[in-house]
Amino acid sequence: MKVAICDYGAGNVRSVQLAFERLGADAAVADEAEIVLAAELAVLPGVGSAGSAMAGLRRRGLDEALRERADAGRPILGICLGLQLALDETEEDGGVAGLGLAPGRAVRVRSGRVPRIGWAPIDGGGETFWFAHSYAADTPAATATSEGLAAVVEHGSFVGVQFHPEKSGAAGARFLERCLSRA
Amino acid sequence: MPLPRLIPCLDVADARVVKGVRFAALRDVGDPVELGAAYSEAGADELVFLDIAASVESRAASVEVAARVAEQVTIPFTFGGGMRTVDDAHAVLEAGADKVSVNSAALARPALIEEIAESLGTQAVVVAIDTENGRVRSHAATRDARRDTIAWARECEARGAGELLVTSIDRDGTRRGYDLALFAKLRDAVSLPVIASGGAGNAAHLAAALDVADAALLASILHERPARLVSLRSELKALGVRVRDAA
Repeated sequence: MKVAICDYGAGNVRSVQLAFERLGADAAVADEAEIVLAAELAVLPGVGSAGSAMAGLRRRGLDEALRERADAGRPILGICLGLQLALDETEEDGGVAGLGLAPGRAVRVRSGRVPRIGWAPIDGGGETFWFAHSYAADTPAATATSEGLAAVVEHGSFVGVQFHPEKSGAAGARFLERCLSRA
Repeated sequence: MPLPRLIPCLDVADARVVKGVRFAALRDVGDPVELGAAYSEAGADELVFLDIAASVESRAASVEVAARVAEQVTIPFTFGGGMRTVDDAHAVLEAGADKVSVNSAALARPALIEEIAESLGTQAVVVAIDTENGRVRSHAATRDARRDTIAWARECEARGAGELLVTSIDRDGTRRGYDLALFAKLRDAVSLPVIASGGAGNAAHLAAALDVADAALLASILHERPARLVSLRSELKALGVRVRDAA
């Protein structure tokens, strides 16, 4: 299966690529819209800050490629900042307009230690994943939470996760495997 | 709050895991990738690799080590030691590391914290602080940095640090237990996660540290033996600490 990992100048693209390769996928790091459009699964990874990430996506035309995929109902996986960028907007960096692949906005985490870093289970007895974030999605499209914060967001062909499956050991691999089998 | 974290620390020099007291001869104790993978298997929540040679050559070797670790290890890891510029940080993150830790370079030029945070994100910046009697020390704790520990911790947070890795020098390697008063003070002084380091001798010490800090760095207590991590985790569980089920 062909997986395109969007490279927009920042982000943990290498770890994400390695995680998909371990599962036998043909995972390419891509900064061209055509490759992102052609893949069976497009992945929007992300670490870093929202403003520069969004600018990096636009500069490469990847924002349009991802919207086109969403309109066509083709699978997209957003990871961490990638999930937050997929929303309508984020309050990070003084407010940044998102891709609008899923409804809602990313808001600052206001409880506990921030950044929220570490392993935490999905509420209701789910698996334990590794998180590293200061913002979280405020969205009606959340399908799973962790400590009350949106952990999984699903809207149309978009799935976003606040945790890092590529860094979440066996649980993360199981999650990515499910993404591949659904794509 | 996420689960408390146990973080083995591996000292590396020229792409090998080494062991040695400061200034004493270093002993080669293994391959960083193999040992890192073994700790991951044993239930480590994250790993820290500290390049203690911190020479230009060793730092270049560290980038390659980071790339090999990323291939084998599927838990988060931090690289530190001799990080002086945003480019240094970029190189190890691009190789697959999740965070960098900065110490002396940040003391010499605090704006480095902001620069890395802006370019790679706050969550990628760990500031390592070596402290003794409430004061910060630099250059592998050999020099007085002329800063108050709590004031420096607050400044690091204000400048965009994502975590603090705080080592109490007077406890380091003693196995007498962590400086709990220090970590309680830090917890109240800053709102970012604090990784406690220095003094772990047994599971009870770890449990006490994890009560006031978000994570514990494990160095000499493990003796490069992943099996020790397995037993520590089950001892901690018996003490009521919420240890991650790593299956």
